[in-house]
Amino acid sequence: MSRPRKTNFRPKNAYILKKSRISKKPQVPKKPREWKNPESQRGLSGAQDPFPGPAPVPVEVVQKFCRIDKSRKLPHSKAKTRSRLEVAEAEEEETSIKAARSELLLAEEPGFLEGEDGEDTAKICQADIVEAVDIASAAKHFDLNLRQFGPYRLNYSRTGRHLAFGGRRGHVAALDWVTKKLMCEINVMEAVRDIRFLHSEALLAVAQNRWLHIYDNQGIELHCIRRCDRVTRLEFLPFHFLLATASETGFLTYLDVSVGKIVAALNARAGRLDVMSQNPYNAVIHLGHSNGTVSLWSPAMKEPLAKILCHRGGVRAVAVDSTGTYMATSGLDHQLKIFDLRGTYQPLSTRTLPHGAGHLAFSQRGLLVAGMGDVVNIWAGQGKASPPSLEQPYLTHRLSGPVHGLQFCPFEDVLGVGHTGGITSMLVPGAGEPNFDGLESNPYRSRKQRQEWEVKALLEKVPAELICLDPRALAEVDVISLEQGKKEQIERLGYDPQAKAPFQPKPKQKGRSSTASLVKRKRKVMDEEHRDKVRQSLQQQHHKEAKAKPTGARPSALDRFVR
Amino acid sequence: MKVKMLSRNPDNYVRETKLDLQRVPRNYDPALHPFEVPREYIRALNATKLERVFAKPFLASLDGHRDGVNCLAKHPEKLATVLSGACDGEVRIWNLTQRNCIRTIQAHEGFVRGICTRFCGTSFFTVGDDKTVKQWKMDGPGYGDEEEPLHTILGKTVYTGIDHHWKEAVFATCGQQVDIWDEQRTNPICSMTWGFDSISSVKFNPIETFLLGSCASDRNIVLYDMRQATPLKKVILDMRTNTICWNPMEAFIFTAANEDYNLYTFDMRALDTPVMVHMDHVSAVLDVDYSPTGKEFVSASFDKSIRIFPVDKSRSREVYHTKRMQHVICVKWTSDSKYIMCGSDEMNIRLWKANASEKLGLTSREKAAKDYNQKLKEKFQHYPHIKRIARHRHLPKSIYSQIQEQRIMKEARRRKEVNRIKHSKPGSVPLVSEKKKHVVAVVK
Repeated sequence: MSRPRKTNFRPKNAYILKKSRISKKPQVPKKPREWKNPESQRGLSGAQDPFPGPAPVPVEVVQKFCRIDKSRKLPHSKAKTRSRLEVAEAEEEETSIKAARSELLLAEEPGFLEGEDGEDTAKICQADIVEAVDIASAAKHFDLNLRQFGPYRLNYSRTGRHLAFGGRRGHVAALDWVTKKLMCEINVMEAVRDIRFLHSEALLAVAQNRWLHIYDNQGIELHCIRRCDRVTRLEFLPFHFLLATASETGFLTYLDVSVGKIVAALNARAGRLDVMSQNPYNAVIHLGHSNGTVSLWSPAMKEPLAKILCHRGGVRAVAVDSTGTYMATSGLDHQLKIFDLRGTYQPLSTRTLPHGAGHLAFSQRGLLVAGMGDVVNIWAGQGKASPPSLEQPYLTHRLSGPVHGLQFCPFEDVLGVGHTGGITSMLVPGAGEPNFDGLESNPYRSRKQRQEWEVKALLEKVPAELICLDPRALAEVDVISLEQGKKEQIERLGYDPQAKAPFQPKPKQKGRSSTASLVKRKRKVMDEEHRDKVRQSLQQQHHKEAKAKPTGARPSALDRFVR
Repeated sequence: MKVKMLSRNPDNYVRETKLDLQRVPRNYDPALHPFEVPREYIRALNATKLERVFAKPFLASLDGHRDGVNCLAKHPEKLATVLSGACDGEVRIWNLTQRNCIRTIQAHEGFVRGICTRFCGTSFFTVGDDKTVKQWKMDGPGYGDEEEPLHTILGKTVYTGIDHHWKEAVFATCGQQVDIWDEQRTNPICSMTWGFDSISSVKFNPIETFLLGSCASDRNIVLYDMRQATPLKKVILDMRTNTICWNPMEAFIFTAANEDYNLYTFDMRALDTPVMVHMDHVSAVLDVDYSPTGKEFVSASFDKSIRIFPVDKSRSREVYHTKRMQHVICVKWTSDSKYIMCGSDEMNIRLWKANASEKLGLTSREKAAKDYNQKLKEKFQHYPHIKRIARHRHLPKSIYSQIQEQRIMKEARRRKEVNRIKHSKPGSVPLVSEKKKHVVAVVK
């Protein structure tokens, strides 16, 4: 399954004038690397290089690695800063080309499922897939029949290696689901409403009937946090080490698990909170309310960052994809909508479901799963970047009881479903990210690697105040402080040190430096500047007029009052 | 139906034996690395804090002189050899790795005013208050021999400084005038003078080796051409320059250490404006030396501290001080650009690290981590929290209170200037830039 290369990206030969910090004369610019003519590229044997020049790189891959938004204009800066910025941009371009080339080294390919001769993939059942697939993958499909302890909610650890599940009647267990090795199995003697792994598989947070409890993976209770009472939903923000809890009392509480402090307890003022999801791209918590709105929360602010009206009835489930581009919501009005989160916050696609979806989840490669009663439907998109198309489901499956929890396993083509009959692990080809990064989450890490990763992650824990809608906000130029600083400097010094110095004509020889000719030269420059200013002001006036003119409106008597 | 599931072979991801390295596959997709900017910011913050934690620049103090150390000289070939001349006429040769004195010579009666090594490293020259120039062998005397100079030249006036040519067998002394001597002769080849005052120091340009610079008591810096045996041009400053040092990497740049607490970096070709004015000392700057990289220099001051300045910045990046170190008379940067030696009034020579938090002797993994941290600190250096931590230095109370006082004085002067400009006819009071303020005149 090879991707056709659409357009080729020839790297620009950017040569930069390197100025020595001290010497006043700029060095001679390096000659640009000439493209050798194909005719002159003959080797010793007279053979010609059939692919002259550097290897082409597909543009979309290079775009993926570009981080500078070149369309934004920066405020006017000094020549030194501008030259440094140019150098940085040229470097960034080079680096993104190199990174795009390194994609060749990725070992694994994602899975796929295609029906032949117009066969509908939704009709393919799990048993067929299990038969057709290799034995290691077939072993990833299993059913745990646990009818005794009530509907189950489940959670995979961040590496995708460990699974924790908790039943409504108190059964809590954690295991390594790949090797089927049980880590612990206890009954907490209280209703379990939600369960989450903390930063690694060593710690579990269980939202019990009264309070929030933290357990070790051996089943030992470590903490009972009484400030978080009647918690319905849990979310763990891995890079901030924050556990967000939504409670029946209407409070959203953030608990820092590395120091054990409650960072923020926000009153959502919308009654009982039982629909919560996190946006993995910017660590913002999405809460769904019974008036059809979804509100976005950050621990730094007492008010929601944004409120989006999604449904006519109450919102029953929210899910955000891993790049933070799309949000899927489903409501009591039986609609399933996908919203665009980066930019317009408008719904991209809508679908009416026969039965409302109570649970939603996104996979790493953009597949969307909805749990409606005891049926799960999975929708897939075109590629990794496009939203899932809600026309035709990709796969469906019926379970032995109503669904209570859904999560795709990270880095595996597996969907875990918790229902009243226990836990089912379904095979979904093409769901997981094939190439993981060993330094971020490595499912094959050893104990030593896990310990070192944990220390490094704690050292670079992001403080909760930095959570906002744009995670790259810290890299922006703080224009307001810059302008204020400049104003203060002008006030202090009495003059503007960066203002253009008045033109001083250079003294010339041979009588060209007499007073009259100096005055003439100064006048010339002043007139030129004056002309430029007038031209600019005229242009601005033009622009204003063009903007102020109402487009296609009928002239009315009130037009004379329009400025 | 066509189906393929993602299945990884654990053999490709888990190491075979305990003696192998762990396998770490990498994927640089930004979607797998969220929160890049905040995480890098926190890493930069940690790197800056650790740099301050590990900033322990003082290495050793060389003890032995019985009077203040007046001048230092480096051996051109051996990194570990240093020569120092004291105010009681004693010259000592030290080994820096063993931190002991390997040879002592009673060279002069009175101060040893200047000491310089020959470019080949076989001998060195000293001048003293007893109006003599003496040449000594670098290797010690054999068994039973007395310490005798190779050559002694008796002059008529006191010589205050000496410097050797970088390539030829020629040296220059200064006193009442600048004399150029050939090593074989007892009379100078030529004497150059401009003005009537005594000259305190002379330095040869390491790149354009025929050029010389000297500092005189009448507040000027004179540049000479040895081939034509004439002075070229001079620049007159506000106050007297104690010494100059040529940039070993840029042919025409030199830095002058001045009495008005500043250092001025000049481009020889345009002496009317200094390239940079370096202001951070609170007392007269006595000596300056460049790093072999040509990017930084170190200055020694009467205010008991030494400061390291980058060439293109007007503020120092580092200040070294100790309770025991009194007025620092001379300073040198070693030829491997890693260490700084300073000789002070209280008879000690101190050895410092040029980069205070640098770890000496790194493995390749440590080097990679150090490079990464360096780049992070550079990238985030302008953020307010990081800037505050990186800039923070402990200063002794005397220097700190002097800085506050001088700041108040400067503010008062500036306010007066601003008021003068505000309340007079626009254009009648000219705005002089800070750089041009200190240069009085340039004479060709």
